Formats: sequence, C-alpha cells, structure tokens
Amino acid sequence: MFQLLKQIAKVGIKTEKPPEPDENLRVAAQRLQREILERFQGSLTIRHVDAGSCNGCELEINALSNPYYNLEGLGIRFVASPRHADMLLVTGPVSRHMEVALKRTYDATPHPKMVVALGDCGCTGGIFGENYASCGRVSNVIPVDVAVPGCPPTPLAIMQGILTAISVK
Amino acid sequence: MRLEDFNIELTRLPGAMPVWQGCVDAQQWRRAAEQVNEKGGRLVALWGSDNTDLGERLTVHAALTVHSGLLVVSLPLSADSYPDVSDLFPSANRMQRAAYDLLGVRAENAEDTRKWLRHAAWPDGVFPLRKSFEGKRVFPNGEDAYGFVQVGGEGVHEIPVGPVHAGTIEPGHFRFSVVGEGILRLEERLGYKHKGIEKRFEEMTLAQGARLAGRISGDSTVAYAWAYAMAVEGAAGVSVPQRAAWLRALLLERERVGQHLWDLGFLGNDAGLAFGLAQFSRLREDWLRTSHALFGHRYLMDMIVPGGVARDIDGKAIAAMQAETRVVREGVQLLRGIYDEHAGLQDRFIGCGRVKPDLAHRLGLTGLAGRASAVAWDLRVQFPVPPYDGFDVRMSTHGNGDVAARATVRFDEVFESLRLIDLILAGLPAGDIATPVADAPDNAFAVGWVEGWRGEVLIALETGPGNRIRRLHAHDPSWQNWPLLERGVLGNIVPDFPLINKSFNLSYSGHDL
Repeated sequence: MFQLLKQIAKVGIKTEKPPEPDENLRVAAQRLQREILERFQGSLTIRHVDAGSCNGCELEINALSNPYYNLEGLGIRFVASPRHADMLLVTGPVSRHMEVALKRTYDATPHPKMVVALGDCGCTGGIFGENYASCGRVSNVIPVDVAVPGCPPTPLAIMQGILTAISVK
Repeated sequence: MRLEDFNIELTRLPGAMPVWQGCVDAQQWRRAAEQVNEKGGRLVALWGSDNTDLGERLTVHAALTVHSGLLVVSLPLSADSYPDVSDLFPSANRMQRAAYDLLGVRAENAEDTRKWLRHAAWPDGVFPLRKSFEGKRVFPNGEDAYGFVQVGGEGVHEIPVGPVHAGTIEPGHFRFSVVGEGILRLEERLGYKHKGIEKRFEEMTLAQGARLAGRISGDSTVAYAWAYAMAVEGAAGVSVPQRAAWLRALLLERERVGQHLWDLGFLGNDAGLAFGLAQFSRLREDWLRTSHALFGHRYLMDMIVPGGVARDIDGKAIAAMQAETRVVREGVQLLRGIYDEHAGLQDRFIGCGRVKPDLAHRLGLTGLAGRASAVAWDLRVQFPVPPYDGFDVRMSTHGNGDVAARATVRFDEVFESLRLIDLILAGLPAGDIATPVADAPDNAFAVGWVEGWRGEVLIALETGPGNRIRRLHAHDPSWQNWPLLERGVLGNIVPDFPLINKSFNLSYSGHDL
C-alpha cells in the first residue's frame, strides 16, 4: 500500500486544459435552448455506441478517461444505458447488422438528446462506404448534431466535439 | 510433419514466410487435415473464393501449420460442398459457417450449420463474395432468427447481453445461461460489425488496399498492414530494404507495448483497482504521444506500405525512444510489483477464467491467450523474418491459463518488446526505407503472416489483372479464441465475466469483417 500511495504522490496531477468548442464541427443547429444548456452547466452523460467501427475510435474514446484528458473531471460521464444518457457518441460506418440496434438505442435515449458522430467513417462512411452490409455515415440512420472527423480523431478532437454539442453560441 | 508426407503436389509461394500451396481433391483435403491434426498441427484459417468467372470453380482453402511453415490446401469444388474438418479442428466450425454465409460453400454433414456472419442484411441463398454479386446491392432487412442452445433445469435463466454493451467496447451478443450467479453456459453471437470488408477489397488496387488492411482491426493496424504488405510483396516478387524491415519490427513492437499497457491497466480496473488503470493509461498516453511526434500517428496507421515503410526516423528520434524504453521499463516494473503484492487483485486474477492447456490445445487457442495456456507458439520465434531472426526472441508462456497467467504473459511481453526495441534502435541499418513495388502478375496467390499483439494475423491475397485485388481473405486470431472465452467462463460467476473477457481482449471488427 505504501508503494501505491508513493506512486500516486510521485506522479501527481497530469490533467491538461480542455479544448475550446469549435462551431465548424456542428452539422445541425443547436436544438437545445440556452436555458437547458445553462442548467446542464457543462455536465453531461454519454452513451457510446460502436455501430461498426474498426475499433480505432474506441481506443481514443477510452483514452479520454486517462489522467491527461480526465473527461470525468469536467462533469462528463459515460453511462451504461441509453436511458441514463443525454448524448450518444456513435462510431463507425453503421453496419446493416447494427442499424436496428442503433435506432433502438436512439429511441431509448430520453429527450432532449444529442448525437455526436465520430471519425471519418461516422462522418462520411469513410473507407468502407456504403454497400450490402454498410449504411455508411451515422446521419444516414439517426439525426446527428456534431460530426468529428479523423482516423481516429484524437482525444482532444473528440472532447472538442462533445463540448461543442453542449456549448451555447 | 514433413511436406513429402502429404502426397500433394506443392508449390512454395513467393514471399517472406515459408508457405506452400497445393491443389487437392476432396479426399486429399480431408487427409491433409487429419495428418496435420495427428501431428499436433493447427488450423490457422479456412476460407473460400469464387473462380467461376475464370471458367474455374468455387474453391475452399485451409491454412494449416506444419513443421516447416504453413500449408495451404485449395480444393476446387465440383458441386458446392467439401468435407467438414470441424471434428478435427473445432475452430473450423465458425469459419465454415462464415464461408457458407459469404460464398455459399457448404461443409458436408457438419454438425452446426446455423448462420454465422449473416444476420438480416441479406437473405439466405444470396452470397456476397460470389463474383456475380454486385457489392452495392442492398436488400431490405429480413428475418433474423438464431437458434441459441437452450439450457434447461430448475432455476436456470438466461441473461442476454448486447449487441450494445455497457462499456466503451465493440458490439456483440452474449447469451448467458445461469443459476444464481454461476455461469452454466455462454454462447456468443458475433457478426454485428460485418461491413463487407472482403468485398470492398475487390474494388481496390494493390496500392489502395494497404489503407483498408490497416482498418480491419484498428488496434492491430500495424500487424495487418505488415501482413498485407508481405502478401503484396510476395505476389509482386519484391523484397524490402533491410532498414524498412527493421522499422517494421519497431512499429510492431510499439503496437504490442501500447496495447499491453492498456490491457494491464484495464485488468486492474476490472478487478476494482482504478489506480492500475490511471497509472498504466498514463504510461500508454506518453507512449502514444511519442508515436504521434515521431511517426505522425498515435496508432501508427498507414506507416507500413507495400515496398517498405512510409516514414523514416533520425538520430534524435532514436535517442528519444531509447530514453522512453528506460522510463517505461522502470514504470512497468514498479507497477508489476504493486500488482503482484496486491492481495485483492490477485484474489480476483488467480484461478479466474481458466482455460487448461489440454483444452487450449484441443480447441486451437492461439496468440497471447494461447501462450498463457501453454500453447508455445509465436511466429517471431517459430518463423522469424528479418530482423527477428537475429534477435533470439524469448517467448513467454504460462501453464495456468487463468486471468493471472494472461496478465503475466503481458507483463513479460512488454519487457521483451522493450528489449527488442532497444536492439532495433541500436542496430538499425542504414539505407532506403522503401523499394518500388513491381507489377504483380495476374492470378498470383500470396500470403502474409504476422504475430500481432493478439496473435497471428493472416492475409491471403489473390491478384487480378492490372494490379487489382481479385480476392483477399483476412484472418484474425480472434476466430480461434472467441470459442475459448465461452469455455473459460464456465463455473465462474457473471460479475467476473468483464474481467475474463478483458483478459482475452478479442477483436470484433477483425472477426466480423
């Protein structure tokens, strides 16, 4: 236990400053009223849905929880059920086999809800495109508020996308 | 198993790995599988291709391990079926079912003929990998019934989980049959991420395919890109400059260290030690940032290309990585000490999710999880390509086959990879980092085979005219290991499932294609 505490003290706090919102990432006008967003005070619960990614985006979503980005420190949490979520963070070209599950997850998320599509595939279908097994971009299946490109997008870019979705212009 | 024992006319395929291919009839197909099985060899992959547009036939291929390398037997089918080999190699079960779903070739009298990769996106009787199938064709969502095996008895109930899981992981369905908290049976259903990767390859040139290969399973992008490059170079008959080979090994070991650091952190976390995740993910973030600074990509995507590597490093980069291996080695040593001494953690790890060596051998467990169950197989040791042939890679194995063993193998492999990285950085030869890739002949067949962090990744490539991909099969070691997860959880309690699952850390995307 001594070693463990010593290591915590030695490493110290690594958390860095979060990025500013970027209006360019917005694909649909802010649907939430200023009053609601102000009430959120930046706190947010997110349900992640991998709808068919190569799993590269998942690596970076997980990185958001490391001590450098410390997403929870901003009051933003990943939750286990869409019923607890304010936002869906969706990766992948949406595979046809995930189409129904994604729609159901969206329907299960209470209003008001936001969707952030992640990665080149989530934004455009990416290298996989549309075919017999792939629906392509996320907005082909559910409405999207903010789209964050990148292959995969860096943790900072993902954070920026999330913060943009809950920012007041 | 010597090659002459097979009584098959074999051709050595051009390329970096020792691979032989032979055309067989149905009897020889079955006999070859039996012979390999008798000698303790393994099935690495089974897939099919459609050659009917060339006036030939639907063909199934099986890649089997032999003493001297890999044996690929190819069976052109007179009808649409071939002798089942799943009784010899249980891992063939799902591969055969997938081959039917995608290509319409059937294993004769196979016990399990349920669909596997096909859900509702296309109907039975339509086969996407047939040449006559137009890849962009979309069918309305159809029926998706799947016959899970039912467990009866008093007090037995089912827990269905997924495809959308509670954490940030990939989608798949797990059907638990439980009494109280104890797991009586787990049945997986995968295929949710099937996005037509193999069909997509057929629209691409050999040069374009490299990018897609690096996105079959993002966490193994280096391993896949290398296997793909190896196959293309084999088909085109080029060999890469020495410096490129060394840089590839550097990239592969960097990928291995990065993934192992992540898994070790999550293993701590899933056993209730959040400290472990915080500490390991800090080390990992530093590691990724170095990759970004020196190679321009945190996960090293698109660094390996056919002909060599995309980016060189200078003396400053070498010094930076040498300093980094020292820091990481010290950091991991310290954390290993804490993990080893932590009674609560060890209590969760030891004996949990056990796959005994005997079962692992019989069912074909491979890669990292295999080595933790005494399956001594690592391509860097068995068939080392340069520069591994000069490094005397030390394989880590363990006999317990539990979560603790899989953690131990990861710790050992981190240290070994750091040692290899130091050797590579100290001895990196001068010279070019890439060579132009010559035109590949039409109808060439080549194989790439690489030991990624999870296990052996295989790419089988058939070329078409004009440097195009005619058929590409990508095989992830997860195909072999997913069924063993079903066995590893038996007798454990449901709350230990996330920990056991993480200790295997298998790919969904690499499997679903």
